[in-house]
Amino acid sequence: MAVTSRWTKVQFVTAEEAARVVRRGQRVMVSGFGASGIPEAVLAALADWPEATDLTVFSNNITAGTGLERLFELGRIRKVIGTYFTSNPKVVRAWREGRIEIELMCQGTFAEALRLGGAGIPAFYTPTGAGTPLAEGKETRVFDGRPCVLERSLTADVALVRAHRADEAGNVVYRKAARQFGPLMATAAKVTIVEVDEVVPVGVLDPEAIVTPFVFVDMIVVRGDRYAGGST
Amino acid sequence: MPVALPESLRLTKAQVRHYIAWRCARELQDGVVNLGIGIPILVADYFDPSRRIALHSENGILGVGPSPSPDAADPDLINASKLPVTELPYTSYFDSALSFAMMRGGHLDATVVGGLQVAENGDLASWAVPGEDVLGVGGVMDLVVGARRVIVAMTHLSEDGEPKLVSRCTYPLTAPGCVDTVVTEFAVFKFREGRMWLTELIEEMDLDLLRRITPASFSVAPDLQRRGRAGVLPLLKCYRQQG
Repeated sequence: MAVTSRWTKVQFVTAEEAARVVRRGQRVMVSGFGASGIPEAVLAALADWPEATDLTVFSNNITAGTGLERLFELGRIRKVIGTYFTSNPKVVRAWREGRIEIELMCQGTFAEALRLGGAGIPAFYTPTGAGTPLAEGKETRVFDGRPCVLERSLTADVALVRAHRADEAGNVVYRKAARQFGPLMATAAKVTIVEVDEVVPVGVLDPEAIVTPFVFVDMIVVRGDRYAGGST
Repeated sequence: MPVALPESLRLTKAQVRHYIAWRCARELQDGVVNLGIGIPILVADYFDPSRRIALHSENGILGVGPSPSPDAADPDLINASKLPVTELPYTSYFDSALSFAMMRGGHLDATVVGGLQVAENGDLASWAVPGEDVLGVGGVMDLVVGARRVIVAMTHLSEDGEPKLVSRCTYPLTAPGCVDTVVTEFAVFKFREGRMWLTELIEEMDLDLLRRITPASFSVAPDLQRRGRAGVLPLLKCYRQQG
């Protein structure tokens, strides 16, 4: 059962409860780089939630063997926006057969578009990609003698983020290089669901080291559903 | 038409890759370096230990340590090639936006990237082949636009024997005019004052043959270095592994 934090609006929920936030046709951000930093528990619950279909997914890759690949194989993903899909032959084949749409972005542009989407800035200019096929159809303007491409920022309905620990207020820290896009996606969606290994009492996490403050977090899921409550 | 190279110039594929990596490592000064996928990842095996070189990885690591033993691999600690790495005493972790701010904001001293074609004007093509599916770009465009120095590590010819140093790139560009240095198994080229210069040639090859396999027009640097490649081969790790 969902429990609300004693201090904040953050809810502590099961993976199944979290999955039910996602609706047909929504835009869903999923953290991950290769096989690291992927919210596997929530993705597994999404696979069992038929309403999560016709999705537009924002993710760096669709890595073989992950829950995101499973969702793709179930035909739930209409379109994916990210930076590198060449390494999964199943995705390449589906794209050739017209079963999935792919929008390719430079990885730095992807990261910055998430950051600015979360900061309320709708577009930005960058020299990355200028003069290449990825700039085709986009406005280009010269700044300081350098051609720059106008890129739109990214926002979504839901962000599914993998982190390491949360406190009972919903503050979040990550683990090593599994952080990558998670903190950015957490800021850029209407509803942010963070999957963690464990929840600790407030005061345990060093306030200087909080990476995602609770204001960006709506729901916390603990892997294995070990967590029973936040406000008892 | 591909030019047939004399037997004396031929190395195994592994030797070629490791020689290029070894030679790239000699280019690096003190600073922060990002190594791309492919030959560049091998460069870390040949760093000069007296240099203060720290490695950056696009997925949010500054201070990347060497690969762990297989039983010590941590799935949350991988590099851009998705291979396991380790932590150093000065390592930091950060999100992708800060990581790419380092790359795009000119904070990396150098990057070593692979290449499919480099043109005489410094254009680089490294991410897509015409007529093939283009489904991955990753972070290379950000790297070559942002790093202070771009070193391209690539074989002089394609696997089909086609030249890769060309007058104009026919493959889709990664970025125009971004290349500072190219290292191949035969030569080193540098881009200065809007021109491409040959700065080093292995002793085993003569300039006429190099020109025949290099359609890009280049000038010979007045201080052209000649390097005996045969003397380097025993230093290469692939060589040692083969005994």
